[in-house]
Amino acid sequence: MDLLNALVALTNYVMIPAVAYGSQLALGALGVTMIYAVLRFSNFAHGDTMAFGTMVTILITWWLQSMGINLGPLPTALLALPFGILGCMALMLFTDRVVYRFYREQKAKPVIFVMVSLGVMFMMNGLVRFIIGPGDQRFSDGERFIVSARDFKAMTGLREGLAFKTSQGITIITAVVVVAALFWFLNRTRTGKSMRAYSDNEDLALLSGINPERVVMYTWMIVAGLATIAGVLYGLDKSFKPFTYFQLLLPIFAAAIVGGLGNPIGAIAGGFVIAFSEVSITYAWKKILRYLMPENLEPDGLVQLLSTDYKFAVSFVILLIVLLFKPTGLFKGKSV
Amino acid sequence: MSETVKHSLMFAFVGVLIILDGTTSFGIFAGSWNSALGILNMGLVSAIMALGVNLQWGFAGLFNVGIMGFTALGGLAVVLVSSSPTPGAWSQGGIGIIMALILGALTVVAAVFITKNMTKGKPRVLALTALLIAGFFAYRAVFDPAVSGVEAINPALYGSLGGLGLPVLLAWPAGGLLAAGAAWLIGKTALGLRSDYLAIATLGIAEIIIAIMKNEDWLSRGVKNVVGLPRPMRKEIVLQEDPGFLDTAASLGLDPVVASTLYVKITYSLLFTVVLLALLWMAQMGLKSPWGRMMRAIRDNEVAAEAMGKNVTRRHLQIFVLGSAICGVAGAMMTTLDGQLTPGTYNPLRFTFLIWVMVVVGGSGNNFGAVLGGIFIWFFWIKVEPMGAGLINFVTYGLADDSALKLHLLDSTAHMRLFTMGLILLLVLRFSPRGLIPEK
Amino acid sequence: MSGNPYQNDRGNKDASITSTSGRSTMEPGLKHSGEVKPVIGDSPFLVGDTMTGGYGKGPDILHECTIAVNPGEIAVIVGPNGAGKSTAMKAVFGMLNVRSGKVLLDGEDITNLSPQDRVVKGMGFVPQTSNIFTSLTVEENLEMGAFIRTDDISNTMEQIYHLFPILKDKRNQAAGELSGGQRQQVAVGRALMTQPKVLMLDEPTAGVSPIVMDELFDRIIEVARTGIPILMVEQNARQALEIADKGYVLVQGRNAYTGTGKELLADPEVRKSFLGG
Repeated sequence: MDLLNALVALTNYVMIPAVAYGSQLALGALGVTMIYAVLRFSNFAHGDTMAFGTMVTILITWWLQSMGINLGPLPTALLALPFGILGCMALMLFTDRVVYRFYREQKAKPVIFVMVSLGVMFMMNGLVRFIIGPGDQRFSDGERFIVSARDFKAMTGLREGLAFKTSQGITIITAVVVVAALFWFLNRTRTGKSMRAYSDNEDLALLSGINPERVVMYTWMIVAGLATIAGVLYGLDKSFKPFTYFQLLLPIFAAAIVGGLGNPIGAIAGGFVIAFSEVSITYAWKKILRYLMPENLEPDGLVQLLSTDYKFAVSFVILLIVLLFKPTGLFKGKSV
Repeated sequence: MSETVKHSLMFAFVGVLIILDGTTSFGIFAGSWNSALGILNMGLVSAIMALGVNLQWGFAGLFNVGIMGFTALGGLAVVLVSSSPTPGAWSQGGIGIIMALILGALTVVAAVFITKNMTKGKPRVLALTALLIAGFFAYRAVFDPAVSGVEAINPALYGSLGGLGLPVLLAWPAGGLLAAGAAWLIGKTALGLRSDYLAIATLGIAEIIIAIMKNEDWLSRGVKNVVGLPRPMRKEIVLQEDPGFLDTAASLGLDPVVASTLYVKITYSLLFTVVLLALLWMAQMGLKSPWGRMMRAIRDNEVAAEAMGKNVTRRHLQIFVLGSAICGVAGAMMTTLDGQLTPGTYNPLRFTFLIWVMVVVGGSGNNFGAVLGGIFIWFFWIKVEPMGAGLINFVTYGLADDSALKLHLLDSTAHMRLFTMGLILLLVLRFSPRGLIPEK
Repeated sequence: MSGNPYQNDRGNKDASITSTSGRSTMEPGLKHSGEVKPVIGDSPFLVGDTMTGGYGKGPDILHECTIAVNPGEIAVIVGPNGAGKSTAMKAVFGMLNVRSGKVLLDGEDITNLSPQDRVVKGMGFVPQTSNIFTSLTVEENLEMGAFIRTDDISNTMEQIYHLFPILKDKRNQAAGELSGGQRQQVAVGRALMTQPKVLMLDEPTAGVSPIVMDELFDRIIEVARTGIPILMVEQNARQALEIADKGYVLVQGRNAYTGTGKELLADPEVRKSFLGG
């Protein structure tokens, strides 16, 4: 019984949150890694891209709610999500047209693109704050739990409850669907293959008749989709705040680099590695150990390795360890 | 018009902007010397930060996005050096904390030693894991009680180790040293041979430094902030009671309160100008020296420099440490100016990326450009808000004063700052990629 | 630092924010294509006629150099190091700033076309290095070769598998995992997927063993037998001239000797200077 209780507590406090957070990070890291693979720079504006897509989704959600349209037990935001993606795509393509394309024509060095993305980051950050404000926004509605802790206790008679939030369920399902679709696209379609070819060898892609502008356009559109989905899922699970999204950049970069920049599978693996380490190192294990240890050996403290405020530190230390021992990341990246 | 004249005119233009801010309240100008000197002082600090970043980016191509961390370390140095010691802190756990930190450092050193001296394989992994786990718990066992001891001392007032009570000016070089030490550690790990990963390393370290400063209350009271830090000159209140000062103020026809604030601000301006000029002179001299020529040779053709037997990684490490130390000094100066350390206010947009805007706008690779960019962009950073408000008032002229849209827009002018900075950066990168004062 | 400020990265090589792998290094002679003129009168199927030019704004490397090839033929460009062999081929392919002279293909003047548009016109080009997509499978490499085609490509792919049977066995392997000779087969196969009117190979046997080289030459002869003219730059002058219908010996960017492969092999001057006696 104690073992079961410990397992339930572990699932409730570590596994489920980490899987959900890991899925969100993985989707974010996929976007960063795609830009890195195709456009060959790390996009500092990615956090703000997520924020922008999410903001559009939130605004549409509010409008839908005011019209009395909803999805019943599911959050209305799911209905607004496609519009958010479209809005984000439009902004990405516009940005590429007026900002990035010039530097491609100039054959600018990747680090110049990085600096340009800093400018874009500032502008998008300002834009989002200008439109929706810097504060916290909650926009989830519908049923809050798939399984609530109380129901679970009543069902099983265990002391520990297991809560499974709707947002977590949606996150996991969406992530699986999106990742499957993305891999199908990259590995099975002509356009997807041409994107991989362009990433592999730009000159040869050109000589094979692949249009670089096309490839770049598809990349921005996919990245806009990934970023918006990741942002909306994160916002449903926690809440939306422009500055938080900007700060998500660090764990997302860490995930992409840990997995191997430019490698989509690596981005996903990296997302989960970072999420699991963050959650498990900042979790107070006392609750679980209480069930597993004999009474006289019960720990006094919280058995929390680091306070939750150090979660950024955790992602970075993991990153450092991986880079020290495997400079190309867990899965072979392009060049790190 | 020769280059020198042109560049001098740019400096003069920025000077005029600040003088206008002190003298006229037309448009965006505040018409108060208090405001003008405030902008000038932070502008000078920003210029020093930009100088440090320019050293790294302009002369070595190192992409540092952790400026915020080095600035914050400078601020921490002010607390550690100049604030008054907490009574009983050392006996209540201060020693324990130091012991724990040494223990932690020894664990890391031992881990590095094992990694270097044992052959690859399972035994090494096991030994490393065992050492790290044992080291971590031993560290926590010593550290935790010591910390609770220190933090228990009158938490409303102290609750931290306090400082050494030394003159605050000493904290400025100390801030540089602290930042240099951190930079050395980062550079040592992140500056590889064939390629580096400095950007992500600095980005992460900066966040970690801020996290530590927010959470380790024993160090600098965390988010409870340290206020009332000592100053290098007499405080306004003291001045207002000094008959000599009052006489001088009266003879100049100034109100005593205004005179005392101006006195403090002008003293800061002079001090900062001295530091800026000294650093600028050193940077210029350094770059004209054989060392500087070599740095540029490495930057422009690393392969050739390496073939000539130059240790590129070492040089990169040197300049990275130097540049970061300058940012540390600037951070210490800023905290002295504020008179308080508030870890919660460190934000990468303001303390890292804004400095990048200054460097790029001023002119990468030109020290004078960095200084100009620093002051100029800081002026804009302050003045974008009134400009934005003016613009929105103008655009929404036709709308009623209580219209929701107008109110929302006016409410949001504060965020135009970021937008404008991004716009300036993009415009400069596109149309004047060498910056206002290009590298020669 | 003069030059393009957008290309000044100050020696930065931060791998956590920038990637250099697979970046374009090609400097096309013309970024945007001009018009194509029909050619009046008789000319070889593919000819680079009295070409003079160099890279970008640099000095001339080629001086009135002429290279031509007809269907069913193998033409080989040989010469000492730095003679401009690869440069001559790149000039034909549009990667050089050709200041005078012209390039004609199948009765059209294509001098004003960019390399990409020459591919569309039917030029298949196999660069010396980076000539395959290493992270793509063999089959995907071939598919990408046929990217400009909209018709059914399965027949062409079967032909290529027939020509290079080893590729059929390895069709689902990443091309980067193959051996040097196999990679070259993928590279040639990729170029053939466009069904080119002419195939151009830049040192196809560079860095492969002599046995593999012989095999590659056999395959190239087979390709030529299908009627596709082949223009090839080679280091291994003797072996290349043995299979060549036409040989061009270049010295310092000029045509030094021209003739059939056999003639050149028999020419005592050529033997003495370039073939080691």
